[in-house]
Amino acid sequence: MSLRQIAFYGKGGIGKSTTSQNTLAALADLGQKILIVGCDPKADSTRLMLHAKAQDTILSLAAEAGSVEDLEIEDVMRVGYKDIRCVESGGPEPGVGCAGRGVITSINFLEENGAYEDIDYVSYDVLGDVVCGGFAMPIRENKAQEIYIVMSGEMMAMYAANNISKGILKYANSGGVRLGGLICNERQTDKELELAETLAKKLGTELIHFVPRDNIVQHAELRRMTVIEYAPDSNQANEYRTLAEKIHNNAGNGVIPTPITMDELEDMLMEHGIMKAVDETEVGKTASELV
Amino acid sequence: MSVSNTTDIAEAKERNRALIQEVLEVYPAKTAKRRAKHLNVHEEGNSDCGVKSNIKSIPGVMTIRGCAYAGSKGVVWGPIKDMIHISHGPVGCGQYSWAARRNYYIGTTGIDTFVTMQFTSDFQEKDIVFGGDKKLAKIIDEIEQLFPLNKGITVQSECPIGLIGDDIEAVSKSKSKEYEGKTIVPVRCEGFRGVSQSLGHHIANDAVRDWVFDKQDGKPAAFEPSPYDVAIIGDYNIGGDAWSSRILLEEMGLRVIAQWSGDGSIAELEATPKAKLNVLHCYRSMNYISRHMEEKYGIPWVEYNFFGPTKIEESLRKIASYFDEKIQEGAERVIAKYKALTDAVIAKYKPRLEGKKVMLYVGGLRPRHVIGAYEDLGMEVVGTGYEFGHNDDYQRTAQHYVKDGTLIYDDVTGYEFEKFVEKIQPDLVGSGIKEKYVFQKMGVPFRQMHSWDYSGPYHGYDGFAIFARDMDMAINSPVWKMSPTPWKEDPEYVAIAAE
Repeated sequence: MSLRQIAFYGKGGIGKSTTSQNTLAALADLGQKILIVGCDPKADSTRLMLHAKAQDTILSLAAEAGSVEDLEIEDVMRVGYKDIRCVESGGPEPGVGCAGRGVITSINFLEENGAYEDIDYVSYDVLGDVVCGGFAMPIRENKAQEIYIVMSGEMMAMYAANNISKGILKYANSGGVRLGGLICNERQTDKELELAETLAKKLGTELIHFVPRDNIVQHAELRRMTVIEYAPDSNQANEYRTLAEKIHNNAGNGVIPTPITMDELEDMLMEHGIMKAVDETEVGKTASELV
Repeated sequence: MSVSNTTDIAEAKERNRALIQEVLEVYPAKTAKRRAKHLNVHEEGNSDCGVKSNIKSIPGVMTIRGCAYAGSKGVVWGPIKDMIHISHGPVGCGQYSWAARRNYYIGTTGIDTFVTMQFTSDFQEKDIVFGGDKKLAKIIDEIEQLFPLNKGITVQSECPIGLIGDDIEAVSKSKSKEYEGKTIVPVRCEGFRGVSQSLGHHIANDAVRDWVFDKQDGKPAAFEPSPYDVAIIGDYNIGGDAWSSRILLEEMGLRVIAQWSGDGSIAELEATPKAKLNVLHCYRSMNYISRHMEEKYGIPWVEYNFFGPTKIEESLRKIASYFDEKIQEGAERVIAKYKALTDAVIAKYKPRLEGKKVMLYVGGLRPRHVIGAYEDLGMEVVGTGYEFGHNDDYQRTAQHYVKDGTLIYDDVTGYEFEKFVEKIQPDLVGSGIKEKYVFQKMGVPFRQMHSWDYSGPYHGYDGFAIFARDMDMAINSPVWKMSPTPWKEDPEYVAIAAE
């Protein structure tokens, strides 16, 4: 089987790292050999695999050693649950330097040093928004081929999903990146499943899976474990297994997304009765003025 | 004006207009439309040269311009000799701006003066990713340790500093405090700002205002004023220009308290708000600080021109008019003293240069300022343009310098300049190093008018003698007789070729 290169994108705090690590753990249970590349300066994309707070990152090690050229792949790679290989790009503390450049440096280092040899899956876990070229690195040429967007029924999560689709569209023709589908991580908002399905349709893709909310995820997280490892017999573990199987069987089904405008997104919310049509005379008025 | 002369001008105008149309024809329609606004034929009586200026260059053309970093580090700050100027960012910008622009200075390099040395933070990938503020702080510490006699430091920002948002102001402030109020000036002259080096001059001027003048408020420098204190503003002492200017001011009875910035020092910058008059040579790069000193300290400023005896005379009298009779007499005395020298220079070189045509393309001052010097030698400037001039430069050019029918080209492209020279066939082109060999290979004599072709000074009476010699040397060199292709000119060669 050829190497599957996938990436998880989505609004900050939506549960990308949790969803991706649980899904990848389930894929590892299916016998897949996996590499996780964390592309977030917070370096929290691999903690559930390693039972660690945060692993040493490529960039922090490079800064210590002098430059990335001074590093070997063994220095930066840790092996976690079911032999899943883990690397974290890392980056500067908030407010200084250029995290985007850090992602580019790290990914180039991994490629040049053969990190992608002898694996079935490489998965990139990328920070919230594609704020600059650096965070678009994983969707450029020869990197991730299938993008999974983690979202929920919240307005801003759908807005982010649409924006990420725009990013994918931009690189779809030059690099061959495709949208694999949406993953709805339930927030228990009104008509969430319906909205997620509609958005998926508008973007020209599918809702791959609807992951229900379950507190067991938090229990596992507190122990720095995936649900797959912490409670393998739980319902939630089964949900992640289902998601993993769906992704595994989704090879070659990626699409070039058809992002929509902000107006279309609002119309969609109105159609589902989530948002009322805006009365232009009320715009800019405070609650007391409207009484 | 004679009838034949009028006909000549009309013909030149017609030819120049046709030439502009010809060069524009090769461009795509949109480019041609934009470039057309930068090219013109000067009409006598107009208040400016009728060209747009200080506008972004068009992608795809070869422009001769520099960047904001070049304007600040290379022009304004670099020559301040007792400060250390850090090229902050990756090494290339520092490497290529090393050794400055032949800004001569007096001092012991590496001990108390540093102009021809190069200091760079040599950014690596990790400095981009993690930010370079800590490295900057460390460099300042090292500078203090290795070069304890430095009188101040400037941080000249290269592009990445602005992109990654480093807080060089905070580093400068904290290090200044640590080193007992030492002058440390952060300069936000990232190369991507503005359309040319011009914005870099402005940013550098503002940095002097904010980080030198304003920091001095409340702690006046030890300074004993005299009624005849002047500061030379906008002379970069290229090949010693400021020195051959300074002696004239001193001989007329003035006291020069500062040179900005050729052979200048931080103490001179600090003392300048005490001047009675600022005399401004390069208007483009230092009008900003002159205007500021006028507004804040009430110091008047006057533009002058020390190229060629006619303009020097005019300028000496203009400067003297700001002072009493003693200085005015001094000006006349200086003019009289150097009369014999200039007469001798003109007597020697005018016969060799009379009627020669010159095309110029220089920075922000010389496209107009050197015209008088050429005219003193009987030469004629038939085309001129600015790399980074603004409309006020073109106004000054139109009102005081160029003749009717002169071809004007703003931010000229490599192609346009070559075409113009090819068609007009001047006897001399005066421009920069990038242009030099193009024109010399076309068989056209050339002088570098940024660096004086490693000669100089050209300012002042002494400079005029050198200027005249250099122009003669370029134009009348025997080498040009050997440059035409022999088989195109000589029937004998044609005959040999035919056999």
